[in-house]
Amino acid sequence: MAAERLILSRTMRPTDLLTLTPAGLYCPPGDFYIDPLRPVPRALITHGHSDHARPGHGAVLATTETLAIMAVRCGEGFCGTRQAAVLGEPMRLGDVTVTFYPAGHVLGSAQILIEAGGCRIVNSGDYKREPDPTCTPFEPIACDVFITEATFGLPVFRHPPARDEVARLLDSVALFPERSHLVGAYSLGKAQRLAALLRAAGHDAPLYIHGAMERLMALYETLGVPLGDIRKVPTGKEAARTSFAGSIILCPPSATQEIWSRRFADPVTAFASGWMRVRARARQRGVELPLVVSDHADWEDLCTTVCETGASEIWVTHGEADALVHWCTNRGLTAKPLHLIGYSDDEEAAAADGVAAAAESEAPAENKPS
Amino acid sequence: MNRFAELLDRLAYEPRRNAKLRLMTAYFRETPDPERGFALAALTGALSFANAKPGVIRALIAERTDPVLFALSYDYVGDLSETVALMWPGPPPAGRPDPSPQREGSRGLASRGHNHPPAPTLTEVIEALTATLKPDLPHLIAGWLDGLDETGRWALLKLITGGLRVGVSARLAKTAVAELGGLDPDAIEEVWHGLEAPYEPLFAWVEGRGEKPEGASAVPFRPPMLAHALEEMDVAKLDPADFSAEWKWDGIRIQAVAGSRQGQREGRRQVRLYTRTGEDISGGFPDLIEAILLDPAFDGAIDGELLIMRDGLVQSFNVLQQRLNRKSVTPKLMAEYPAHIRAYDLLAQAGEDLRVLPFRGRRERLEAFVTGLATSRIDLSPLVPAASWEALTAARADPASAGGGADAAAIEGLMLKRHDSTYVPGRPKGPWFKWKRDPHTVDAVLMYAQRGHGKRSSLYSDFTFGVWRGPEGEEELVPVGKAYFGFTDEELSQLDRFVRQSTINRFGPVREVVHGRDSGLVLEVAFEGLQSSPRHKSGIAMRFPRISRIRWDKPPREADRIEFLEALLRGRN
Ligand SMILES: [Zn+2]
Ligand SMILES: [Zn+2]
Repeated sequence: MAAERLILSRTMRPTDLLTLTPAGLYCPPGDFYIDPLRPVPRALITHGHSDHARPGHGAVLATTETLAIMAVRCGEGFCGTRQAAVLGEPMRLGDVTVTFYPAGHVLGSAQILIEAGGCRIVNSGDYKREPDPTCTPFEPIACDVFITEATFGLPVFRHPPARDEVARLLDSVALFPERSHLVGAYSLGKAQRLAALLRAAGHDAPLYIHGAMERLMALYETLGVPLGDIRKVPTGKEAARTSFAGSIILCPPSATQEIWSRRFADPVTAFASGWMRVRARARQRGVELPLVVSDHADWEDLCTTVCETGASEIWVTHGEADALVHWCTNRGLTAKPLHLIGYSDDEEAAAADGVAAAAESEAPAENKPS
Repeated sequence: MNRFAELLDRLAYEPRRNAKLRLMTAYFRETPDPERGFALAALTGALSFANAKPGVIRALIAERTDPVLFALSYDYVGDLSETVALMWPGPPPAGRPDPSPQREGSRGLASRGHNHPPAPTLTEVIEALTATLKPDLPHLIAGWLDGLDETGRWALLKLITGGLRVGVSARLAKTAVAELGGLDPDAIEEVWHGLEAPYEPLFAWVEGRGEKPEGASAVPFRPPMLAHALEEMDVAKLDPADFSAEWKWDGIRIQAVAGSRQGQREGRRQVRLYTRTGEDISGGFPDLIEAILLDPAFDGAIDGELLIMRDGLVQSFNVLQQRLNRKSVTPKLMAEYPAHIRAYDLLAQAGEDLRVLPFRGRRERLEAFVTGLATSRIDLSPLVPAASWEALTAARADPASAGGGADAAAIEGLMLKRHDSTYVPGRPKGPWFKWKRDPHTVDAVLMYAQRGHGKRSSLYSDFTFGVWRGPEGEEELVPVGKAYFGFTDEELSQLDRFVRQSTINRFGPVREVVHGRDSGLVLEVAFEGLQSSPRHKSGIAMRFPRISRIRWDKPPREADRIEFLEALLRGRN
């Protein structure tokens, strides 16, 4: 047995450790998938966004928080068996060692280090470097191969400090006290981060939320992230009695354009997303107050992180891979895009555009997130 | 500059007219002279800098960024100024380890600090751009860009490249100024021409601190009266006997004004040609200006249509286009494309304001006025008999049968004007109607798509379409036109998605989409007319094409054939 392992280790190449399959990234010596796109016997999940954490797997290994998020989003029976990974504690899976490290993306988000035969691969899932009061900060992990996202992998994406954007939101609330502010924000991560940042900025008034966010907001509180006075937007007669003037209402991005939003008289429509850096994107969505707040690394942070891991080989899962691959190559690194279709920064669009994403996979030239 | 940039940024995202007005009025109230006056000039399009071409900006960014990363970014953002504003390197990041990529990106906002140049004021920018010689320009601009944040850089680049499109018309900006003093915006329009940036006398007057800057111009622009489109239901309610009818000519609506300032000798006459938005286009039409200048009988203001006439015949709009958007013209161009005005209305004569008269009264004055002119470059737009709706319908369908004569092809439709209508600036509902001829339509197949500009720069919104040609079994699509409007925003996002999912080839910004007999997308395209054109592969050029319907239901093999358009072309000529 020991001799066998030795042989294995001497010949271990990164692609032996992790290969691309139709279901996603697969580790043959450990016999597991990472963030698989379809049901598999054994899955390691980096974080709870629906494009990474899908229901129906046999066994799931993820952080306690991610398991809790998946249970809330997909129902208690989202998988066969589950196991909690503790950050920083190595675990043996088949012939490989696996360790989860914080990714700073959303509550519970983790990078996954896979080691075997002296080869270290880190799959970062989604990550950001900017401080976020709702989750553990990212740690760069030394590795040979760094697998990164590139959602905002273009030099035009330079996220300003999130607190400055929240200050702009509060300025607007002060400027239009007679109007409500309807802020589109992803239900997992962004909504809670905005709530926490608003509290940190001294905004103590009740925050209204769309019903679709209720359970995740409550879960964050349960898991020890205080968000202050959060109220579900009332319905029926009670809605008619409520004045939303001067209020901030958080809702899923799509809800800002749905009938649901008509109960608010003349709201200022805001959207908190890294995409808001590009004007055409903001206007396309009818946004009047674009807030550049992202839970993904911007260009600067992608490049910095690549350098800090010391990896000689970079695999880019999704996003604006071309630019990051070019930048890495210029620095003498080996870099390649994986063209993983099915991951998107916009989890809600990802679900709605599942068909579109599938169609795009047939056009190799197209690898932008929808 | 940062306060102005903030204003532009808010305006660009604000869809509500009233909110835009409030934002601008607040800016004009809070910002001192001359800064606000230069802002007003920028918003009304009264500035232009011959020196700041996009090439200068491209060269600056090329020195500072990797060409591949720039190309990818530009392709993504779709707008040069915005790409440069976002990519412009900030100061070296403070407290970051060196591996960070300084050339292609670095913290701008987070650590903008002490050893950085201060942000310039708008006044500084405009004065420097006016005074600076071309070789010094790049250095100057680079210094400003270093001192500004993303929004400031975007605003600066938009300003100096003349691409300031924030959904504000000159009219709206003037309305915001008017609101400072509770005035009617037309009061601003009438003193506008003759004033110059930074408009200190204007602001003084509006704020009640100075005299009305009247008489600044002997040749003022008068805001035009516009018509509503005639709806079917109007027909039942309206009595043709109340209306005069005239042709709607397919040129551009203009105002020709001549006069001399009080106290000046007859010889000091001035002449101006304005578009319907008040843009002074005199410089492009010295032939017309001279004809009016030398005709002492022309003392007043005519509302009419600018046309090209050859041998007494009105030429098509395509011909007229050769003379548009030119700051100056050559004698050869003027000889080949002689400009002409067909007069609709007389707004003023010898200092008398005629706009208070009913249309009938003005028409009599106009007829006498035009008859008295020596120049043959101005003639009268004839009235069309309007006895009944039947007669009008027939005239609209076939202008030649109702006196349109040899010029019938240059008729876009009919105008109906109440006999008793005074000349009211703007678009009042009721007194005037336009009744356009029915457009033609063709079913064509989408072949190529290109990203749009401005608001649509991240969407594929320019569509090239074709019809079938060749013998059965071997037919191929030949492009016949390009359309970039006619669809709703929702349809645009559907089209954009279709393009992204159906791309078979990329040529720079252009994508070729699937277009076979059984796969592809059929577009119903409406257009105003056809012209034979040897420059086009199909031999046909389409005028004013727009997408009238997306035929998701129709297989491409059932789209129209080139013969259909060829027959239409023959039929009309
Ligand atoms: Zn994510
Ligand atoms: Zn993701």
